[in-house]
Amino acid sequence: MEFDLSKPQRLLQKSARELFARACPAKRVRELMATDTALHPELWSAVAEQGWLGIHLAESCSGLGLGTVELAVVAEEMGRACFPGPFLGTVWAATLIAEANARSKHLEALATGESKATVALVEPEASWDPADVQLRGTKVGNGFKVSGRKSFVLDAGVADLIVCVARADDGLALLAIGAKAPGVTITATPGLDQTRKLYDVNFEGVTIGAEDVLAVGDAARAALERSMQVITLAVCADMLGGMQWIIEDAVEYAKTRQQFGKAIGSFQAVQHMCADMLLWTESSRSATYFAAWALTAEPASAARVVSTAKVYVSDASREVANRGVQVHGGIGFTWEHDLQLFYKRSKASEILFGDAAYHRAQLADLVFSG
Amino acid sequence: MDLGLTKSELEFRDELRAWLKANLPKKSSQAVKTAESAAAYHQYLKDWQRKLYEGGYAGVAWPKEYGGRGATFIEQAIFQEELALADAPERMGTIGQGLVGPTIITVGTDEQKKRYLRGILSGDEVWCQGFSEPNAGSDLASLETKGIRDGDDFVVNGQKIWTSYAHIADLCLLVVRTDTNAPKHKGLTCLLVDMKSPGITVRPLKMMSGDSGFNEMFFSNVRVPANRVLGQVNDGWNVAITALSNERANLGSGLYVVFKRNLEAVLDHARKLRRHGKPVVEDPVLRQKLAQCYVDLEVFRLNTTRALSNLTKTGIPGPEGSIQKLYWSELNQRNAEIAMEVLGSHALLSNFDSGRWVYNYLRSRGNTIEAGTSEVQRNIIAQRVLGLPRSY
Repeated sequence: MEFDLSKPQRLLQKSARELFARACPAKRVRELMATDTALHPELWSAVAEQGWLGIHLAESCSGLGLGTVELAVVAEEMGRACFPGPFLGTVWAATLIAEANARSKHLEALATGESKATVALVEPEASWDPADVQLRGTKVGNGFKVSGRKSFVLDAGVADLIVCVARADDGLALLAIGAKAPGVTITATPGLDQTRKLYDVNFEGVTIGAEDVLAVGDAARAALERSMQVITLAVCADMLGGMQWIIEDAVEYAKTRQQFGKAIGSFQAVQHMCADMLLWTESSRSATYFAAWALTAEPASAARVVSTAKVYVSDASREVANRGVQVHGGIGFTWEHDLQLFYKRSKASEILFGDAAYHRAQLADLVFSG
Repeated sequence: MDLGLTKSELEFRDELRAWLKANLPKKSSQAVKTAESAAAYHQYLKDWQRKLYEGGYAGVAWPKEYGGRGATFIEQAIFQEELALADAPERMGTIGQGLVGPTIITVGTDEQKKRYLRGILSGDEVWCQGFSEPNAGSDLASLETKGIRDGDDFVVNGQKIWTSYAHIADLCLLVVRTDTNAPKHKGLTCLLVDMKSPGITVRPLKMMSGDSGFNEMFFSNVRVPANRVLGQVNDGWNVAITALSNERANLGSGLYVVFKRNLEAVLDHARKLRRHGKPVVEDPVLRQKLAQCYVDLEVFRLNTTRALSNLTKTGIPGPEGSIQKLYWSELNQRNAEIAMEVLGSHALLSNFDSGRWVYNYLRSRGNTIEAGTSEVQRNIIAQRVLGLPRSY
């Protein structure tokens, strides 16, 4: 048994860390935050060239054929750099499409970064539970027609393709819709975390041809669940990377900032906050990488291990970010200090794909039955 | 990254399962503990240790040359898990096996290894650990019990407290001050003391749970031969740190299965007991809390596995053990509190469900104090893992 990254996984971590340190410094993150889309075409291409947009997808799906551990490694480094842009939306959509139809014509363009995509799941009632999807998909021949509104849609402003999750007569339907198709209106919504943009997407009598119906019924539900497990793992890894940045930053600050003639890190009240931050960060690492391993190696336990990770990491990430600000004192509360970037991203990640309370409820249903 | 068990780990587990099936005592330890005398229970545990020793399972991760099995730390964890799953009797002599033995292996003389290690594994000799004093708890290095050289002996005078197992121990790993002029960390020495030596008095202390697992020890002109110094004279602080690192690395493992059993039992109660016209398990607030118990426990298991996987590479338990200690002690307290909440009025009775929940609730209070308080663990993490400046 080996609960640690392998040599190739370490190399991947190193090259991701170096790429983001070079190409995605905090200055650039701030510039991109201030834009409408947070997309930097060269930065995006650099990530795409590495194959990281399809790192966990099978080679037959135009992916690199690596696993979810490798996806977590890259996502962790993205979190550590506050990498802005449409990674979550695109990878979620690509994973969903690959699960629904491994031969889909869309996969190659998504995995190579040529096009971008997202999934429109959540509605104004704000539930991440697919059971709460109400947007109607009405059967028209072998295709569908949809009308209604989706909210909190990641990255829709730069997406070429939107996978809409609709309620059909026989369960859920996954419908691939061009972002510029007639009847689709995309409206930016101001976000707490400006590194990953959110949108409202309105569908007004949008028609979907048979070839763009990815899956319906049980197959749709299974593909959606699996894709959400994968992307939830990526969000956990993103939070982990953010926690790692915050604790390193806070400990460094505690070693240098002097008050009462001493480094503040020599005071136990500050030390104990830092110690708790390490416990939460390292425990989050255990939970995240176990889920990353199990998602590929033991798919039957996927729902359980991903919810376990999302519960633990969501709460831990918030606590670590809170302590990070507290250790810094006044400067930690400013716009000027980079902590604010990680602070807000951490809070957004906590909520995305269901917060701790949501996943505790999921887990209770999974493990308390009987 | 590969979290599956290897072929040899699986073989180890299967072999152990078969051995346990054939060798577990007929009477459960709970039955013996409640129905028979303390002495009979002690003998029962001693017999079990003997059996483990004869089966080659006494010092699983100890090197073969010292009577161990030379297994990996992962296999040691499998061993502890399997014992817990099989509801095997508690291990007596955990201090000898988890703490004193590994320290003797690290710094002891050949003569000491020959003299003590076998007895630790066979269960013939039970150890206790004479560290804390009335005025030296968290500030262990300020301890005052003196060891004064007199010919070939050290003469020991002073008092120790919170000493688990002292009332049944044959031997004691004792820390004494041998140089009163040196800075406090530099004047300490570790001694291997025979508990039958004239001048030792042991007085049991009762815990709030009603148990008396720990004791006061008084030393009055106790003579300890100089060849019973463990490590170097005046280097006792480093020896004690080695011992405590071993303690933190060992104490937590094996607990997972015990905690997991507790959670399953709480869930059983939560399904049967009712509140607001529904089973407790369907109460939305308690359901959330129970799910959090599950998550915390699962993360404890994963942390333990990861720590063992690292330990297999580094070989030496380090200050990261403090993270584990901090995690499990606080987890056990939270989960014990939630168990009481699930039980509702039944938690008022000290005999409900054989008294296990009230006992657990009270006993868990000690978890964040024994083997280094949570505050001391946080100091260690901050100073020795994160490299923050010393605060004292």
